[in-house]
Amino acid sequence: MMAKRYLSIHEAHELLAKGEVSSVELTEAALQRIDEVEEKLRAFVTVTRELALEQARHADERIKSGEFSVLTGIPAMIKDNMCTRGTRTTCASRMLESFVPPYDAAVVEKLNAQGMVMVGKGNMDEFAMGSSNEHSAFFPAHNPWDLERVPGGSSGGAAVSVAAGECIYALGSDTGGSIRQPAGFCSVVGLKPTYGRVSRYGLVAFASSLDQIGPVTRDVTDCAIVLNAIAGYDRQDSTSVDRPVPDYTKSLVPDISGLRIGVPREYFVEGMESGVEQVIRQAIGKLEELGAEIDWDVSLPDTPAALACYYIIAPSEAMANLARYDGVKYGYSAPEAKSMWDAMEKTRQYGFGPEVKRRIMLGTYALSAGYYEAYYLKAQKVRTLIAREFSEAFAQCDVLVTPTSPTVPFRIGEKMDDPLQMYLSDVCTLPINIAGIPGISVPAGFVDDLPVGMQILGEPFSEEMLLRVAFAYEQATGWGERKPPVQGKGR
Amino acid sequence: MRLSREEVQHIALLARLGVDEADLQKFSEQLSNILENFEILQKVDTTGVPPTSHPVALSNVIRDDEAAPSLLPGEVLANAPREEDGCFRVRAVLE
Repeated sequence: MMAKRYLSIHEAHELLAKGEVSSVELTEAALQRIDEVEEKLRAFVTVTRELALEQARHADERIKSGEFSVLTGIPAMIKDNMCTRGTRTTCASRMLESFVPPYDAAVVEKLNAQGMVMVGKGNMDEFAMGSSNEHSAFFPAHNPWDLERVPGGSSGGAAVSVAAGECIYALGSDTGGSIRQPAGFCSVVGLKPTYGRVSRYGLVAFASSLDQIGPVTRDVTDCAIVLNAIAGYDRQDSTSVDRPVPDYTKSLVPDISGLRIGVPREYFVEGMESGVEQVIRQAIGKLEELGAEIDWDVSLPDTPAALACYYIIAPSEAMANLARYDGVKYGYSAPEAKSMWDAMEKTRQYGFGPEVKRRIMLGTYALSAGYYEAYYLKAQKVRTLIAREFSEAFAQCDVLVTPTSPTVPFRIGEKMDDPLQMYLSDVCTLPINIAGIPGISVPAGFVDDLPVGMQILGEPFSEEMLLRVAFAYEQATGWGERKPPVQGKGR
Repeated sequence: MRLSREEVQHIALLARLGVDEADLQKFSEQLSNILENFEILQKVDTTGVPPTSHPVALSNVIRDDEAAPSLLPGEVLANAPREEDGCFRVRAVLE
């Protein structure tokens, strides 16, 4: 059973195809691991034990019949903001604590068609608003590398479960770094695809022009496999882009010689931990050793304004999206109220947690009469500049490389009283969502046994290039091989 | 940019968010601090720069209006806090 804990998708698939292991066995191993460590990690909002075993039995039949894909029978976790028919989808919010969707998100439908085994729904910051998973209305998730520290967020549960062996892969969502930052903090691979690459149909909306779904996996090969399964146009999401989906596994070539890799100097920000900087500089040195040409002098001068730009645009979109929680159609509804307005105010007062309220307030303010031009419109113009700077940089470079986060995982509670400090945790990841470009985080090493992620960025729809660089780096270093110390019993 | 208690109360009303006295204090302080830090936006020269609302240049995505299977009323109402005769039940709008 020990050997089965940290299988990748491609390894598990090979064993399944050879008949050396069954999907039921893989699923039981994942569920057993969940039983062992979940009390300490809290990566799951809901564990779907029976559903998983039923899906596993069905997958085993498919495998026997010979009609199966690389994802058939592989245990997975879905972040709890993607609708799953018949399984509650809470967004880690009291507002949706008992919401059971009547339909599947497009990505869930796609994975189900491939024979996914869903072991559960992933813990997260409420409505994906947060960088530490501490804003879950139910309980924070813990970092498997150090239980006193955060796993990052908002897709904290997805990164924890993959890192700790509670599932083989997970889907997260990324609005300002919510896949990449926790992937970096937990030493797994996380990809935010180009905006429009993956359908958002059935993803509970946070900030509609920034949200994107992507894979959280143990290695780069798995990342390509999952992206293959979820990418593509969907008429149910009018912002998805109608563009052919390549076979992403074909880009897994360990050769980056001659590639031009840029290092934007604004990303080595003030407040960046020296240990993190050292790890990233070493990682870049490794890329150079592998034959890439490094340009240390790339500049994205408006980067310092990106944080403010993001935290005007995202809350503005969020406040409009979250207006739907009125206690009438679904979700929490205040039982006692004097009037319709009173009911709505009480519903939202109880149903939303502090960070969600803060962002609704911020967005409402930025869009209100007298401030719209100074904040929202101004932020939209700065957004244009940030996107332009990236596109100019990609005229010179094939990819850009940065740290995923300026720090190693911080202590639980450390930033909870200071929202601005928490926001700074995404300073390296959120410009990517502003520009709509793709970004991947790969394990790049450790500082005092705490993981550091390297972020690789490319122009829109350059996922193949990102996977190629990430794969070459992974093959040359193998940082992802190291596994977290979390044990079932004791500390 | 300092946000007064009254301004915070007004924003909460616009957002239909019930707040208590402690919330008003806390939000007034935190939002003021956040907005002060966002002054950096005003320093960026955006003369002649068009706004971006969306990273992909799409406009007026349309499709044919084709009939397709949809959710049954019972499925739609299954999550309703209050329902009556196949409808969402709401509180009185006019007082």
